[in-house]
Amino acid sequence: MSPRKKPQKDVINFTIDGQPVQAKPGWTILETARHYHIHIPTLCFHPAVMPWGSCRLCVVETRYGKRGQVIPSCLNPPVAELEVFTQSERVVNVRRWVLEMLLAECPASREIKKLAAEYGVTATRFAIADPEEECLRCGLCVAVCSEVVGVQALTFGSRGVKKVLETPYRVPNNACIGCGCCVSVCPTGALQKRLDTVRGDLSRRTGHGYAH
Amino acid sequence: MGKLKSVAELDSFRAKLLAAPARPVVRVCLGPGCLAQGADKVSRAFKAAIKKQKISADVKPLIKETGCHGFCSQGTLVNLSPFDLFYVQVKPADVPEIVDQTLRDGKVVERLLYGDNGNRYRSAAEVPFYKLQQKIILKNVGLIDPLDIEDALKAGAYRSLVKALTQKTTDKIIETVTIAGLRGRGGGGFPTGYKWRKAVENARDNPGPVYIVANGDEGDPGAFMDRAIMEGDPHAVLEGMAIGARAMGAEQGYLYVRAEYPFAVRTLNIAIEQARSLGLLGKNILGTGFNFDVQINRGAGAFVCGEETALLASIEGRVGEPVTRPPYPVEQGLWNRPTVINNVETWANVPHIIDHGGQWYSGVGVPHSTGTKIFSLVGKVKNSGLVEVPMGITLGAIVEEIGGGVPGKERFKAVQTGGPSGGIIPYELKELPPEELKLDKVGLQGRGFMTMELKNLPVDFDSLAQAGSIMGSGGMIVMDDRDCVVDVARYFLRFLEEESCGKCLPCRLGIKGMQEFLNNFSQGKGAPADIDALESLGRALVDGSLCGLGRTAPNPVLTSIRYFRDEYLAHIVDHHCPAGVCRDLITYRIDADICNGCTLCAKNCPQVCIMGAKKKLHTIDQDACIRCGVCMDVCPVDAVVVA
Repeated sequence: MSPRKKPQKDVINFTIDGQPVQAKPGWTILETARHYHIHIPTLCFHPAVMPWGSCRLCVVETRYGKRGQVIPSCLNPPVAELEVFTQSERVVNVRRWVLEMLLAECPASREIKKLAAEYGVTATRFAIADPEEECLRCGLCVAVCSEVVGVQALTFGSRGVKKVLETPYRVPNNACIGCGCCVSVCPTGALQKRLDTVRGDLSRRTGHGYAH
Repeated sequence: MGKLKSVAELDSFRAKLLAAPARPVVRVCLGPGCLAQGADKVSRAFKAAIKKQKISADVKPLIKETGCHGFCSQGTLVNLSPFDLFYVQVKPADVPEIVDQTLRDGKVVERLLYGDNGNRYRSAAEVPFYKLQQKIILKNVGLIDPLDIEDALKAGAYRSLVKALTQKTTDKIIETVTIAGLRGRGGGGFPTGYKWRKAVENARDNPGPVYIVANGDEGDPGAFMDRAIMEGDPHAVLEGMAIGARAMGAEQGYLYVRAEYPFAVRTLNIAIEQARSLGLLGKNILGTGFNFDVQINRGAGAFVCGEETALLASIEGRVGEPVTRPPYPVEQGLWNRPTVINNVETWANVPHIIDHGGQWYSGVGVPHSTGTKIFSLVGKVKNSGLVEVPMGITLGAIVEEIGGGVPGKERFKAVQTGGPSGGIIPYELKELPPEELKLDKVGLQGRGFMTMELKNLPVDFDSLAQAGSIMGSGGMIVMDDRDCVVDVARYFLRFLEEESCGKCLPCRLGIKGMQEFLNNFSQGKGAPADIDALESLGRALVDGSLCGLGRTAPNPVLTSIRYFRDEYLAHIVDHHCPAGVCRDLITYRIDADICNGCTLCAKNCPQVCIMGAKKKLHTIDQDACIRCGVCMDVCPVDAVVVA
């Protein structure tokens, strides 16, 4: 996935919401914030895999000298003297809209409803396509299956609004070892329902450890 | 001809080519516009007609199938030298006459000359469309046969490469490009010299290969600048890349061309083969010890692969999805090595800069935006086509003088620059409430405003950004009063929704969500507060999206709300589409005083819902009408009106 910037040697002093903080070399803004118990919401972040930056809920506003921008905190390392704002108007605007759209995209997810309510978003103006949907295509399951488990039994199919989570060639995948990592990292529990569409026939497993 | 083993051999080869006696040349434009008008048939007709004529071989006219001449609305275009004649709208049936009159007797076929306001122009240089243009990059496009490297050599190709190989050090090349002030032509406008220097520094810190990439994944609707270069003068791109490779110490280049450009791929492949066979690409180029080769990668139909990180992923064989920058490609690009990726048009500028020097180039255009830029001028404009103008020329000069203004009786309304990522700039200066004018540097994009009238607005990177739009890759769509901004914004969003890769949520869900708002507006639904909500959602996309596609997607919406809020309000409050475009808000009516009962509308109506006897008034059954507008288009007396 996205390679991080080369680690710096010394600790980095910067501020989050006015509070002075210290990041160890290689830490991202999000990791630093978590270390200091500063809450930044995330859906697609998991410490076990490389950050992917798809949910954009972790965006923060940064100011460095005269330059200011809104960036995802899970992917960006801090620099000295950087000012980070986790609740600025622009940041909250992004989060509120993403959450409102997610309420329409994954109406069945309790986790998203709860998170949206934290930002005062309780209703959605957007059309609901599937009332049973929970998957937000964050890619955590795909990442964990490939990076941690190393079997690549899951993948994304199609593109854009048609993007779906599926197995290669859309058939139950015998590469799946049934470890359940994907289910455990899923932020909405969407994978629990569809695990059987991923997992192949146990009796037909081949390869190391499954020799017949 | 075998491989050229030294610079001297290239020079003598070029001299030999130039020494050949000049023959009359017929240059038939085979650009996309002319091809659609049957340029290939014209070219075949010329060849057949000349074969019939009994002329000795040394004075036999040469038929050259060239790249785009630019004046697409007048295709098929034919240039004849040494007569210096420019014929427009040539059909295969005109060819025997041209051969008999002009090529044999040297007479002018008056009716094929371009005429405008009673004037007839003999040569292309006199035509108003070409007069204000300054051709640097397109100099050889339309002049040379793109499939023949000897023709390109005669026009001076690879002269700058020789200069770069023999007279200039790596630093000197980069310095020249920096002095020239060249900025990326793909839309971002990043200083090219600075990018190159960064790549060289990164490679020095971390020894290993460096890669060169040319981005020819031109996907904006209605844009064909890069296509014209790749199809018309492929060696300019290859030479530019080779010079860049020399500066960066790269040995491998990649040319990423979209699969929808099969002619460009074919032309480039032939050009690469010919350059290799002459030893201008490959190992030990011209005996200088410099190695460089180019490989073509075809896209697979994804617009997002024009974004540099997605493009690199695609070349590596991964899914074409962008990743967050930093790290930038000059730090970690292809296979985690420093990679310089520039647009095809940027590369095509490089040979000219090396040839004439950085000082000369920086003298063209305006400070901070130097050189020329190619635009594809399309839409409601009389002379549509490809234009190359110096930066800093006013929009008014492009649209009204080069483009000849808006045809018909409608009023000039706005210009959309930069394609789906750009903004709509109104013709009239709009009075904006003072709170709108507070310019925040933090989020300049989409927040700019007009401080001067469109016709005086200079076309350069900074002025367009100031006006809330972008230069983009050079699309320029002219709109008149019959174009509805809500509908235009909806069109671009529909395009981007199709093309979003779906990786990040603001882009995948947001573009769809913005469309839902606009669909409602176009049906007259919604409340005025929804316009503010749409604006706020647009800002969320600008701030939240991962790559340039999502970050710029709201621009057409944001700028059209800024300048044409009254039109949005007309849709929502009055349920009325002022331009008469949005189907749910209009009705077609036949004016009783004008209708002469010709029955054309009734014959062409797909719903068969127009009634009326011959020579009697016709009427439209509003319940069955689908508002396709065919009746309006076919009516010879303009009796069909939209209300």
